[in-house]
Amino acid sequence: MAELKTEDDHAREISTGWQNQLYDALRRNGVTQFSYVPDAGHRVCIDRSIEDKEVHSVALTTEEEGVALACGAHLGGAKSVLLMQSSGLGNCVNFMSMVKNGRFPFLTVLSMRGDFGEGNPWQMGMGQAARKVCEALDFIVLEVTKPEEVVPTIDAASNMVWKSGQAVAVLLSQRLIGAKSF
Amino acid sequence: MTATLERSAGPRYTLDRITAVPAIVGNASDFLVIAGLAGTAKDMAAMTRDGANYYGLAGAMGAAVSMGLGLALAQPDKKVLVATGDGELLMNIGALATAAVLNPPNLRILCVDNGHYGETGYQKSHTCLGVDLEQMAMGAGIKSTCSIEKEADLAKGAKMLRESNGTCFVLLRVKPTDGPKFKRALDPAAKRVQFRLGTLGEV
Repeated sequence: MAELKTEDDHAREISTGWQNQLYDALRRNGVTQFSYVPDAGHRVCIDRSIEDKEVHSVALTTEEEGVALACGAHLGGAKSVLLMQSSGLGNCVNFMSMVKNGRFPFLTVLSMRGDFGEGNPWQMGMGQAARKVCEALDFIVLEVTKPEEVVPTIDAASNMVWKSGQAVAVLLSQRLIGAKSF
Repeated sequence: MTATLERSAGPRYTLDRITAVPAIVGNASDFLVIAGLAGTAKDMAAMTRDGANYYGLAGAMGAAVSMGLGLALAQPDKKVLVATGDGELLMNIGALATAAVLNPPNLRILCVDNGHYGETGYQKSHTCLGVDLEQMAMGAGIKSTCSIEKEADLAKGAKMLRESNGTCFVLLRVKPTDGPKFKRALDPAAKRVQFRLGTLGEV
């Protein structure tokens, strides 16, 4: 019997070039707080934030903490990004209302599951709802499907968030990160 | 202990928050303050006169500790006080674990525990039915913790909030009665602007 692949094995197999560029783009745009729940799609970004002495790398117990963390960071003049899987978005919804009504600038980068070619039915519901949930709370959605779109999208999102005061969700499609095989 | 509908949290909950919270916080202008929704938001709004060093929630239940953590990491030279209630903290108790791992030395957490959900009509919370939030904070890994339930111990709690070298957690048990009457601004965007102007000098 073939050995089952873990999510981490899968992430290691896909190209990490754009993931490093993603981290560099976030840093270049002034992000100093990286919050996350461990996720294979964001593994490179998470690992780099842990090794980067210039930033705070904040492991969360649930994604919604990262929404509140970002709002607190803004009150103190810092830029925070929430890295999460699309399923984690479901844990954030009530706090997203604080972002909307407080007009907090807010950036999240979602690694999509339940999207293009998903093989785990448990991921489908939240994955397919992610864009609608974001739009229901007036978050601007920018989807990335190709490696060369990663950096320009992060630059565009950063301007919209920290210069125009918007809430932006960057969706990293499974067309970009690949669908995990089951 | 079984739940009853009587509004009492038991013999350990006798302090009056109207006097106990100001006694333990002292001069609130020494802190940047994040307050969880309902009781503590009103306590701290009254103490700061809804000032620029105060951001109080009226929703987003469970957000206070994480918000205070983000602020504390962003402003390492200022003391950040998170004041919240037992119900608000229970909704996101994992935030204590996140704060403990980061352990910013300028983060202080004050939980005003009345054993009830005051805002919705004083239904009992888990804390007057056996849940001990100081022990949960200790279990999360917060090194400096204490529980205050007598007037004579208020000074000990006040000292920890001011002098702790790491993230600290002070549980203040109070009776389930209303806090100060104070009408605060409820526009979260206006308060965001006021706080940023006061803290950073810019919007």
